Amino acid sequence: MSNVRVLVGTRKGAFILTSDGKREHWNVSGPHFAGWEMYHIKGSPVEPNRLYASQSSAWSGQVIQRSNDGGQTWEPVGNKFVYEGVAGTHQWYDGTPHPWEFKRVWHLEPSLTDPDTVYAGVEDAAFFKSTDGGQNWQELPGLRGHGSGPRWQPGAGGMCLHTILLDPSNPDRIFIAISAAGAFRTDDAGQTWQPINKGLHSEFIPEPTAEVGHCVHRIALHKSRPNVLFMQKHWDVMRSDDAGDSWHEISGNLPTDFGFVIDVNANEPETIYVVPIKSDAEHFPPEGKLRVYRSRTGGNEWEALTNGLPQSDCYVNVLRDAMAVDSLDKCGVYFGTTGGQVYVSSDAGDNWAPIVRDLPAVLSVEVQTLE
Amino acid sequence: MIRVWLPGHLRTLANIDGEVQLEVQGAVTQRSVLDALELRYPMLKGTIREHVTGKRRSFLRFFACQEDLSHESPDAPLPDAVVSGAEPFLVVGAIAGG
Repeated sequence: MSNVRVLVGTRKGAFILTSDGKREHWNVSGPHFAGWEMYHIKGSPVEPNRLYASQSSAWSGQVIQRSNDGGQTWEPVGNKFVYEGVAGTHQWYDGTPHPWEFKRVWHLEPSLTDPDTVYAGVEDAAFFKSTDGGQNWQELPGLRGHGSGPRWQPGAGGMCLHTILLDPSNPDRIFIAISAAGAFRTDDAGQTWQPINKGLHSEFIPEPTAEVGHCVHRIALHKSRPNVLFMQKHWDVMRSDDAGDSWHEISGNLPTDFGFVIDVNANEPETIYVVPIKSDAEHFPPEGKLRVYRSRTGGNEWEALTNGLPQSDCYVNVLRDAMAVDSLDKCGVYFGTTGGQVYVSSDAGDNWAPIVRDLPAVLSVEVQTLE
Repeated sequence: MIRVWLPGHLRTLANIDGEVQLEVQGAVTQRSVLDALELRYPMLKGTIREHVTGKRRSFLRFFACQEDLSHESPDAPLPDAVVSGAEPFLVVGAIAGG
């Protein structure tokens, strides 16, 4: 029988939750790296016991940890993230030029084919790669050098490169997203990039349909159909059927189209999940009801999933990297909240249960399906 | 022998139990002490001083002999009591955050 391993990053440490394929009884391990902000932990698809973790603190900066035994033991690896060439400037909140400064790693994305190759999305936004298991990191500067970099501006959470999607059908194609610059795609393994924001409309920027400047919160794809992308933008849930060349809105009947997470059912490429959040000023579920919304039609038609989720007085948030799906049948869906709960549905969203209730605020959730 | 005391989260990171004792060649300064510390514990690189600039990270302070040496030149000699090992060189985390 398959097992699942859920990798949870929180404000004060990492936790590893394991279960068998029934996903009813859980073992909780942690806190690992107690007291540190754990922005993201993710395993190699080709060597699942190889994990990478982003560990940081305001006091001591960035550390990258690596495990070769599924998180039982860890070793610190390279933490030197240096921008290539002259770092240059981006826009500050007040519109003035501000030097690019490394702050932290938001997201680690292990290669689909090589356990020693891993990509990092960092704040201030840039894209780094390691080919030696995280010991050494090189920026792929074509992204910041695309030409629009000086016009990028941080979102409230910082100017972070938070999403990295590797195309399983084309090793040269990678999608990334930056708050608040937008989504970008490379077709030459990171050497050159193009913004893929056509169709996005953001009222909060001077030119609502600008090439860059959109606060994209998260994008997701199904591995069988990598040209179809789903996006949770600051406001608006969006879809692209041409690898990001154009987008159209699929918010449909959602109670609010603000939110952070979006993910795709591992078995059904047209089944997608979001967690609507009331607004950019009120980062909690509308009406105090924590509801996952599922569309089985690739968007526009959404149903509220509430069984097992709090339906009164719930005012948590679900951050952008805090939802994941396993690849079992039925698909397991997982998400973590700023209130420290990690919920699981082992039936594609019909019913939910908390795995843990009282962790520190959850920053990220990833899941591994282990044979 | 130079004695160095680190904040708890850095001792955990470097798997250090208690105080660090270092041999430092030449002049005993903030820079030479931290260079020796990072040579023995490479995982501490970038966690006390920033990688590119070599500057002290903002939320850490350097104390010794009841003095705040954080704003001293990194190449200034450390007090004799640190050089002799009578007093430790303290790396202290600022009281901040939540």
